[in-house]
Amino acid sequence: MAERSFAHEVRQLRHGAGTTLHVEGILAVTKALLQSGVAYVGGYQGAPISHLMDVLGDAREILQELDVYFENSASEATAAAMLAASVHYPLRGAITFKSTVGLNVASDGLANLASGGVTGGALVILGEDYGEGSSIMQERSHAFAMKSQMWLLDPRPNIAAIVDAVETGFELSEASNTPVMLQLRLRSCHLTGSFTAKDNVRPATTIKDAIENPRRDLSRIVLPPASFLHEQEKINARLPAAVEFVRERGLNEVFAADAADVGIIVQGGLYNTLNRGLELLGCSDAFGDTDVPLYVMNVTYPVIESEILDFCRGKRAVLMVEEGQPDYIEQNLHAILRRADVPTALHGKDMLPVGGEYTTTAVTRGLSRFLTRYLPDSVGGAPALLLPDDDPGSPFAPRVEPKSVHARPPGLCTGCPERPIFSALKLAERETGKQHHISADIGCHLFSINEPFNLGATTMGYGLGSAGAAALNSAEADRATIAVMGDGGFWHNGLTSGVGNAVFNETDQVLLVVDNAYSAATGGQDLLSSTADNPIRSTRHPIERAVRGVGVQWVRTVTDTYNVGALKKLFVEALTSKDRGPKVIVAQSECQLNRQRRVRPETDRKIKEGRRVVRQRFGVDADTCTGDHACIRVSGCPSLTIKANPDPMRTDPVATVIDGCVGCGVCGTNAHAAALCPSFYRTDVVVNETRRDRAVAKARGAWIRLLTRPVERRAAKFEAA
Amino acid sequence: MGTWQDGRRPITIAILAMGGEGGGVLADWVVSVGEAAGYTAQSTSVAGVAQRTGATVYYVELYPPADAPPADAPPADAAAGAVRREPVLGLFPTPGEVDIVIASELMEAGRAVQRGFATPDRTTLIASTNRVYAITERIAPGDGRASGDELLTAARAGAKRFVGADFMELATRAGSVISASLLGALAGSKALPFGRDDFEAAVRRSGKAVDASLAAFALGHDAARAPAPVPAPARPAGRGPVPVTIGRRPPRDPAEEAAEAEEARHRELAATDPARLVGPALRGHAAKVSGFPAPARSMLVRGIVRTAVYQDTAYTDRYLERLARIAEVDGDGSARLTAEAARHVALWMCYQDTVHVALQKIRRRRITGIREEAHAEPGQLMQVREYLHPRIDEITDTLPTRLGRRLAASRTFGRVVARTTRDGMVVNTTGAFGFSMLWVMARMRPLRPRSLRFGREQQAIDAWLDLVVATASDDYGLACEIVECQGVLKGYGQTHAHGSESFALLIDAARTLSGDPRAAAGLARLRAAALADEDGAALRAALAALPADRPSSLTP
Repeated sequence: MAERSFAHEVRQLRHGAGTTLHVEGILAVTKALLQSGVAYVGGYQGAPISHLMDVLGDAREILQELDVYFENSASEATAAAMLAASVHYPLRGAITFKSTVGLNVASDGLANLASGGVTGGALVILGEDYGEGSSIMQERSHAFAMKSQMWLLDPRPNIAAIVDAVETGFELSEASNTPVMLQLRLRSCHLTGSFTAKDNVRPATTIKDAIENPRRDLSRIVLPPASFLHEQEKINARLPAAVEFVRERGLNEVFAADAADVGIIVQGGLYNTLNRGLELLGCSDAFGDTDVPLYVMNVTYPVIESEILDFCRGKRAVLMVEEGQPDYIEQNLHAILRRADVPTALHGKDMLPVGGEYTTTAVTRGLSRFLTRYLPDSVGGAPALLLPDDDPGSPFAPRVEPKSVHARPPGLCTGCPERPIFSALKLAERETGKQHHISADIGCHLFSINEPFNLGATTMGYGLGSAGAAALNSAEADRATIAVMGDGGFWHNGLTSGVGNAVFNETDQVLLVVDNAYSAATGGQDLLSSTADNPIRSTRHPIERAVRGVGVQWVRTVTDTYNVGALKKLFVEALTSKDRGPKVIVAQSECQLNRQRRVRPETDRKIKEGRRVVRQRFGVDADTCTGDHACIRVSGCPSLTIKANPDPMRTDPVATVIDGCVGCGVCGTNAHAAALCPSFYRTDVVVNETRRDRAVAKARGAWIRLLTRPVERRAAKFEAA
Repeated sequence: MGTWQDGRRPITIAILAMGGEGGGVLADWVVSVGEAAGYTAQSTSVAGVAQRTGATVYYVELYPPADAPPADAPPADAAAGAVRREPVLGLFPTPGEVDIVIASELMEAGRAVQRGFATPDRTTLIASTNRVYAITERIAPGDGRASGDELLTAARAGAKRFVGADFMELATRAGSVISASLLGALAGSKALPFGRDDFEAAVRRSGKAVDASLAAFALGHDAARAPAPVPAPARPAGRGPVPVTIGRRPPRDPAEEAAEAEEARHRELAATDPARLVGPALRGHAAKVSGFPAPARSMLVRGIVRTAVYQDTAYTDRYLERLARIAEVDGDGSARLTAEAARHVALWMCYQDTVHVALQKIRRRRITGIREEAHAEPGQLMQVREYLHPRIDEITDTLPTRLGRRLAASRTFGRVVARTTRDGMVVNTTGAFGFSMLWVMARMRPLRPRSLRFGREQQAIDAWLDLVVATASDDYGLACEIVECQGVLKGYGQTHAHGSESFALLIDAARTLSGDPRAAAGLARLRAAALADEDGAALRAALAALPADRPSSLTP
């Protein structure tokens, strides 16, 4: 079960025509899919579209009623291949994943799909993970649209516009026999707003209908000579059909066409930011009533040549506002203008930043440059963000000591079962006296590269932790390499790309598979190896069995990662093993975030029912702690922190455990395994104690009071009362 | 048409929080309040991987209802270039244009100022003044904390209006989370044109933990109406014994106030009537304190109590003799040398060994403190288990010298100890056996002066003080710095061994630097380097940068 439940929100999906829904972007997209008569949906979770998969999972009843098939795809490649159902059958299908990493994985399937073309509408919903909050390499989805010829929609960030784009996307796909990609920027996915609902539509042809009436058409299969034919079709039939559809439906918008002899062309997704920039400069208002002509590209690929020429003709200059690099659209516009011999000056990346997110600051600054040069009289505002940073009026004027504001990167949660794994690895390296090449993967475990662990040299992509160290394989070397992989990456592709590869090539590698029972980093979705009972998926397929199945001899599964000492020993054993081939350690403990979600209500219920419950937490003796913080350097747990030293004789802060502690035990086992200090203690508070508890406590209390008396009497001779 | 410049604009609200703090819930409540009042509301966030404890920003825009075009206005028509019916709202907090910034923690308030979200011409900055230390602040072997006062100064400088209080503490007090007390603060600040009832209605509509949320809301609401904290006045030169406080506020944090009052009382009494600060057996020693310079007396009184509890009154005599040596060469009016020596000599003399740790573990006030920390009700059963990992040298060090040496060399003994402690021990201090064990260990105190380690430490202390005395007359500042080098001796086991190595290097450097006019500053820098990391790399680098033959080239 996912980290966030949408059981409450999905009820909104049942609303019919005319209802106004106030929702988050993701829920609006789901509703739009149902309104469009979608027949099947698949995808792979990952921010910012994880919640789309979670919403669909929680909406299974509604999907069943409408005969919509929903699958949690094994990877983005699986999801892409799934769209093959729309090749021969008039089925509308949608898939979703995080771009551009998802597109990288999916591109083989998508390229084949785009070659043969589709009959039913095929929609790829992309969470464009670019700019602040992104966790991946900064690239654009645009390139994939161009290389495989798939259309790219970039609706303006408005819930109603996004809903429309989903429905129009299917139509465009069908009108041009081409898969369509719908790009939702990070902030659009988490956008709230409202739209007017329509009735849900049951697909005219269902999955069952298709299965029972199989079809084939040789000309749609990618093999010569059909593949050569496909390319010609793309050029001569599908592109013109798409252009015609986009023009006829007016998907791109023009505002204030003749208000001035300069203009701005903008990607739909940047429209709100552009309008804000225009407002700040006094050229537009909150309702988009602009003084500067605008051409809003809600379809960013293909670029509609005739519309561009209509907009640019007669204008002295046009500014292209296009986020990210390379500047594909700007290059395209240059070619269009030049071919048509239109003399309009085209600006873009010469006035706006070449790379990076187009924030209001970036856009407003570029806009100001453009308008000051071409339309100075229209500029009526001078926002403070245009001032130089050292101007006292600038919002960026130094008002805070830079050293007082530390970076706060994401890290492992309180009680995370992955923390002790890296503590153990750090201690194992200390014990063997050897540093190793560590190949990291994608997932929460990648936080190991930061303080306090500083473990990990590269990350090559999801599930590629093992493969990332493939070349570093030498019989002459005096040590193995270490690779890390999460359960998510393992099932995504790591089993074959990593484990199978290492077996086949006899790679001398210690492979750590972090098995926390969920695809945790993406929001706690279930996997093949999850231990939860999932009513609609088959779980409980152990990783160890899969690993042995591809031929690994040396496999150890640890079921309690919190036992740092045992894990350290196991690491040392694996690192000093003389066996050839991969040494796989499967480190299992449940993701604490999900565990707490599961356990807390249970505990509260037990307490209410009067059953005995022991609440555990850890603590640090301020008197015994010398303030060296060695414990924090092997842990980094958010609830193991520092506080002012209560001892007036000492000034350095001491370690302390705050109330967020979930009593996972890492502090204690670290104190043991690293031979740290005697300051750590565990507190067990008994709720609803038994009669036996009370009797034992009474006897112990009497004995302890007896022994304490002389100790305190002696101290009282020296300490003031 | 109205423009941004003449106020036709949405209300803009940025929320800076850390993942898992409920910033999203707070944003949802604000949207709910706005929508109920007829505003067009839009919120966005970049919640992704930042949800895992990282810093993140939520952003809300609220557009007033009266300002929308009439419903019979022509519908948005792209071809005609007509205006839209709905306001076009922004997705990014724009530097210089944010009306309200809510920060869940003091450093996040500093970040809001740094990123230009909070500006003095516009922003109401509502910030919780509690600190959640960043990992870089926590891992420093010494004190890596950012200055709370600097952050508070920044928060004030970066806001038109600053509303600050410990909203985390208020939330905890109400059994709720910080998003609820911050919503209360937002309501109480009157920065939004909505009444308290409107905010409370939004909390009720959300339907989760309503009562606790409303209790925290009420506390936050009232706190926002009290004056915000101001930075503490700059501390006089030389580190006083007062722990760092982040602000003086009316009404002040009771615990903080009590600690400061206690400190002031201690200083006052140490100067006038030190006997009241010690137990009956130390009255005579306390009387001797009056013979020392006044600024050092408070620390001296603490030192005599500490050494006596640690060992006995004879040990306290030794402490006072050592301090007398220092006071004799302290010709400075500030008596900084004596005051610092009073602190560091006591800390060194009371080094942490197994006997002392055992004593600390069985003190009554400790168990009382732990009960409070664990929120145990009076009478509720609680057990405390210690995670101990005694190493063989820590045991032999405590034994009488000859026995200790013999056992340290014994292979059989080593094996026995290794077997029992290899995986560490967990001792139940609240159990009869565990307590008795620690009690017996604490009773070994009389053996300590005959132990291997005791002799070694006393020798080292005297050698260190010899150097201090020899240096004081020529370079007072350097002598003070040498005293403070004791601060690197911390930790247990390997950490302590590293500290001892660093200390030896620092003392060597002090001897080399002696005679250079900038020696004190140089040694201070080296000491900071020794506390910069745990493997001594920074110290080695700093030492390597010192030209051995020309110490005078040492430049700041």
